[in-house]
Formats: sequence, C-alpha cells, structure tokens
Amino acid sequence: MNTVLDIVAGVLILGGSTLALTAAIGVVRFPDTLTRMHAATKPQVLGLLLVLAGAAIRLRGNADVGMVILTGLFTLITAPVVANRVGQLAYREQNVRDDLLTRDEMRESEEKGEPGGHGAH
Amino acid sequence: MTIVWILAAVMLTAAGVITMGRLLAGPSTLDRLVALDTLVAVTMCAIGTWAAFSLDTTVTYGLTALALITFVGSVSVARFRVPDTDKPRGTRRLP
Repeated sequence: MNTVLDIVAGVLILGGSTLALTAAIGVVRFPDTLTRMHAATKPQVLGLLLVLAGAAIRLRGNADVGMVILTGLFTLITAPVVANRVGQLAYREQNVRDDLLTRDEMRESEEKGEPGGHGAH
Repeated sequence: MTIVWILAAVMLTAAGVITMGRLLAGPSTLDRLVALDTLVAVTMCAIGTWAAFSLDTTVTYGLTALALITFVGSVSVARFRVPDTDKPRGTRRLP
C-alpha cells in the first residue's frame, strides 16, 4: 500500500514538474502578453496543484498537510484575480497583437456603447 | 524512486532558468510580471517537491506565505506601476 501511494505521489510530482517546464517554455516562446499569460497561468496552477497533491500524498498522516492543502486553495482563489487585472491592463495599453485575436469582445461591447469593460476598475 | 526526484529537479531548474530569460528580456512591465509569477510558481513547485523528497514539513509554511505574498505583489504592481512609454513592435495603433 505504501509503495503504491509513493509511486502515485511520484507520478503526480513528475507531471507537475513537466507542466511547470511547459509553462516556462510557453512564457519564453509566445509572442505577446496575453498569450504569455495563457501559457503561464494554466499549466502553472495545474502543475502546482499536481505537485502539492503529490506532496500531500507523500506526507500523509502528518499534521502539516493542512498547510499544503491551504496553499492549493489560496492559489486557486488568487490566480484568477491576478490574471484578470494583468489581462485588462495589457489590453488597455495595447500590448495585444490584433492579428492574433480571433474575436475582440471588449471592442465590440465598446462600439455598442455598453457599460463595463474598460471603465471597470 | 530516486530517478523521479532527479527528473523533477532537472525539469524545475530548467523551467526556472528559462523563465528568468523572459524576466530579463521583457519587453514590457506586464511581461516581466507574468514571468515573475511563473518563476514564483516554479519555486513553489520546487519547495513542494523538496517537502515530498525529504519528508520535512517545516517548509510548508513557507509555501503558504509565498502563495499569499505573490498575490499581494502582483496586484500591487498591476495597480501602482508606471505605464511603459515605448511600445514593443507589432502592437495596435492608438484609436
């Protein structure tokens, strides 16, 4: 039983490390801020959660596993907030390549004069 | 099991080094912010891996602290930073 759990933890940690590596490669290779955020945030959060799950399995029975779970929770809660702020700023300062956007809903809603979007702070 | 730790350490180190390249290259503050976020996430992955490897749980408090401090740092930078004046190439023209 212990060996099986250790192997599961090892696989989770390996998967998380691979995702972290892909996130890093994406951050370096992608052309503008929004695509870099796309590369950075998703594998980053999922990879971190995988590593934390592996660590929690490996540290099973220890009282400090609660801190590991808490870390995962905080990451899940805070990542969307940061992504929203940075994405909106990047759009507002035109750090976005128009030719890479397939659909620009911010501009569409602005042209229709709808509230929200740019003005929201 | 040893090969797992070695592989994870190599991949995380490579990820950190590559991300530092983007952190230096920029070109805008937001790119650096994104790169810094990724770098901290890689660091947190490394700390988690270290805790799993050594069965030493004293570092888990550091994990939680990092998760919270990064959030405060990123939001403050996004809120209070000075906008860049020189735009990178390929950006949209101002309307």
